[in-house]
Amino acid sequence: MTSSTPGQRAGRFDMHPDGTASHGSRVLGSILLIAVAIFLIVALVASPPDGAGADAMGDMVRIMYVHVPVAIACYTAFMVTAFASAMYLWKRTEGWDCLAAASVEVGIVFTVLTLATGSIWGHTAWGTWWEWDPRLTSTALMFVMYLGYLALRRAVVDPQSRAKQAAVLGLISFINVPIVHYSVDWWRSLHQTATIGRLDPTIDGLKLFALLFGMVLALLLYAWLMLHRFRLQWVETQVEAKGLDTALAERRAEAVADGGVR
Amino acid sequence: MTNTTLRSVISDARLVAGKDLRLEWRSRVTLNQLLPFALLVLVLFAFALDPDRSVLKDATPGLFWLAVLFSTLLAIQRAFAVETVDGIIDALRISGLDPAGIFLGKAAGIALHLLVVEAALLVGVTVMYGASPSGLLLVVATSIAATAGLAAAGAVYGVLAAGLRVRDTLLPILWLPVVAPLLIGATQAFGSAYEKSSGAGWRWCGLLGAFAVLYTAIGFVAFEPLLEES
Repeated sequence: MTSSTPGQRAGRFDMHPDGTASHGSRVLGSILLIAVAIFLIVALVASPPDGAGADAMGDMVRIMYVHVPVAIACYTAFMVTAFASAMYLWKRTEGWDCLAAASVEVGIVFTVLTLATGSIWGHTAWGTWWEWDPRLTSTALMFVMYLGYLALRRAVVDPQSRAKQAAVLGLISFINVPIVHYSVDWWRSLHQTATIGRLDPTIDGLKLFALLFGMVLALLLYAWLMLHRFRLQWVETQVEAKGLDTALAERRAEAVADGGVR
Repeated sequence: MTNTTLRSVISDARLVAGKDLRLEWRSRVTLNQLLPFALLVLVLFAFALDPDRSVLKDATPGLFWLAVLFSTLLAIQRAFAVETVDGIIDALRISGLDPAGIFLGKAAGIALHLLVVEAALLVGVTVMYGASPSGLLLVVATSIAATAGLAAAGAVYGVLAAGLRVRDTLLPILWLPVVAPLLIGATQAFGSAYEKSSGAGWRWCGLLGAFAVLYTAIGFVAFEPLLEES
């Protein structure tokens, strides 16, 4: 804060020299903080428990206000990765690579939240922490698949190679998501007739509002996390490139010095 | 794709597959290592599950395909290990062969190795687990469709991991979740082949075929950029 000179003063969307925040991301973050508080009141206190019908979820319906939105956010994140990967292969600019990488990491956070909330819901609804529910199972597989994507990124040293390989993998992984989903779905449907955990289609009023509010909130949270993660990724790329340039310059200097001796 | 390019792709594929099979003929790695490994897995399953035949017999479809999956990992690693030593992969890149042809050849080589392994495993489960299939046609069709899918996906992920130092540990985590649908489909199809109800089995077999076609298409497109960076 104190070190910013007029020349490098953070503009509305410029990055602050001390971190990944900007004026825009701070405003969004503040709005999100208030919105989350309101959401918690709506979801936990104001909205009524699910009470009608034989398969009513009671207070357990409340976890759906978190579970469904975070699941949507994780799918959105991987969709963004696929789009950014395709754009990278087309444009070959590092910004798209940064976007793809950042989105996978944020997406994995949401995937963990999806699995955790699904598991918690399952514990009270089914009595077990893990049930071979098609959606939970395919989400778990997707989780591992994108962990593999991050593992690949860590494994490739050359930035250009990494970006290209990761882009191809990001695209293929996204093609895999529906294949895995439908095959697991089909697999499970042979064993169990009723799908457990389907949301009541007649959901209305404050419950519907809580769910939609949660969805908007999860997507905004994704956007906010992405702002920071993308900037961090971008800076990392710059540092990496600079480090490479410095190393190259040093080697060249050494070569010149050696030549001078001879 | 025009007719002439397709023909050159196929002839390139034949060259690459022929080279891999010749290598195998001279080194006998599949015969001496892959086959014993697959049979060893069958024995280990028996240790883990109980020597009681009824358990093994019931679980035969799943165990068979798990053994195939583990063997495929080794086959993929072997298929690309022979390309990465001494910078041979650079020679492959500048050989002028169509990347799609290289992909097809690599996949075909892996597939042929796998079919041999599967034939041995089939004898293995019949003898050791006491499970004999009633729908032999479905067993053969499932094996061919699943093998094509495993090999196609294997060639794509194999070349992706080929140039990396961590390839041996990275390949399983990348490839296994991708072929999970194949494990499901092949196990289900085998399940109906072993239990005399072939109805749903053929549907699963169709899914395996669709997967193989899809991954062959992905390989045609993705192999070139991946080969350049490996």
